[in-house]
Amino acid sequence: MTHFDVVVIGAGPAGMTAAAAAAESGCRVALVDDNAAAGGQIWRGMNSATASSPRAYADLIDRIKHAAVEVESGWRVIAQPAAGVLRIECDENCADLEYERLILATGARERFLPFPGWTLLGVMGAGGLQAIVKAGLPIAGKRVVLAGTGPLLLAVAAALRKRGARIAGVFEQASFARAVRFGCELFLQPGKLIEGLGYRAGTLRYRFGSWVTRAHGDSRLEAVTVVSGGSTHEVACDYLGCGYHLVPNLELPRLLGCRIDGGYVMVDAAQRTSVENIYCAGELTGIGGLEKALVEGQIAGLATAGKTVSHLFARRERAMRFARRLDAFCALRPEVCDLADGQTFICRCEDVPRSALSGMRSWREAKLHTRCGMGPCQGRICGAAVEILFGWENDSIRPPGAPARVATLAASTQEISAR
Amino acid sequence: MRTYTSLYTIMTRVRRRIRGEIAMTVSASRSTIELFINGRGVTVPDGVTVAAAMLISGDACRVSVSGQKRGPVCGMGICMECCATVDGVQHVRTCLLEARPGMEIVTE
Repeated sequence: MTHFDVVVIGAGPAGMTAAAAAAESGCRVALVDDNAAAGGQIWRGMNSATASSPRAYADLIDRIKHAAVEVESGWRVIAQPAAGVLRIECDENCADLEYERLILATGARERFLPFPGWTLLGVMGAGGLQAIVKAGLPIAGKRVVLAGTGPLLLAVAAALRKRGARIAGVFEQASFARAVRFGCELFLQPGKLIEGLGYRAGTLRYRFGSWVTRAHGDSRLEAVTVVSGGSTHEVACDYLGCGYHLVPNLELPRLLGCRIDGGYVMVDAAQRTSVENIYCAGELTGIGGLEKALVEGQIAGLATAGKTVSHLFARRERAMRFARRLDAFCALRPEVCDLADGQTFICRCEDVPRSALSGMRSWREAKLHTRCGMGPCQGRICGAAVEILFGWENDSIRPPGAPARVATLAASTQEISAR
Repeated sequence: MRTYTSLYTIMTRVRRRIRGEIAMTVSASRSTIELFINGRGVTVPDGVTVAAAMLISGDACRVSVSGQKRGPVCGMGICMECCATVDGVQHVRTCLLEARPGMEIVTE
């Protein structure tokens, strides 16, 4: 077992900043992440020309290196075998990390809402499509539709266009009126507005008050049906990227018993959660993007090292304000919450259609009777959907926190040594 | 901005070269590799993930319990739709795995 003053879970902007800040204050810090390299989703494939804020990334990589943060890439958190200990697993091995203080920065994922045809090959999340393109999928000349809600749609459209994709349409469910209000509020934060306008300039066919109701194709996506401005039409496409804003990855905070309020982890002024010695930063406390992640990470890192943080409160408040505006802009219209018909699979892992869920009163009941949410993703995709569709909340997280080998679960603490 | 971007591109390539991921040739970025998807030889650009390779070849990553063909959705290792068997190891999240020459991938 290896002992650390501070263990940080998640090597995105929040986690990297937190780890750097704690280590610079003299703590021994481990930074654990599931992915092959640090950077999180925003800086995935940093070698691509489309990556945003490369300067902040380079600064953080530099800080982590100089402060001697121990970066553990490719490790997943499986369980908490004892208080203050996390069991982690990589492809070949497992290990126990002992911590004095823990910082959770597990970030967010896209919210997927089921609609007829959403399981076809070629239908992905908007961020998912961008990630796969960054990972090498050739997109030049392909017809791409982006739909859902949130600024991610614009960012992805701009990035894919740069790589030669033909953007057949960007369909944002929020109304134009709401966009105007959001835009006006952003005048208080010109940086965000300029970023938005930069994306907008390169994108054609951006429609507010529009959404995809159905995806068509044999086994592969061929077209989508779009409702736009009260009329319905079909758009032929090769790929659909559809995501309804983001939801925080709450599995680990829930597993560790952190109190959740209004869909986000509850924290105090120093980013402390309801559990002693556990801190939280970034998207887990509200979807606010890079700036919020950086400032919250810095606060959490300094706080775990016992340093003062009050000089950062004003900056965090600005970032939080943006997060609240974003939530208001992305609030779902009732139409998109009810697109699935009786045959549409709600749970993609276990192929559970909506009709099988009628009459169920809770997710627990649905799990017991239909296996909805019990497949390999453990409800990470359908969980957000059933919350919207039926109002079921997922409050029963149990270990393992990720699919794990039996050997990892069975190992006693003594047997494990960190690599 | 452009200077920064190209600087980081170079830095990343240097890092990868140190890790032995790319060969010491100037044209490494344009090179291709061959791997096997469901027994068929497929040529893909060097450096792509296995999930991207399967989309390029037109293969499904897995077949669902009711028989639907599925491929990657979230692109970040959460949805498990891109799980396939790689070199005999089952349930590998192919969106997180870089394709390597000679890899044998089978749809699950």
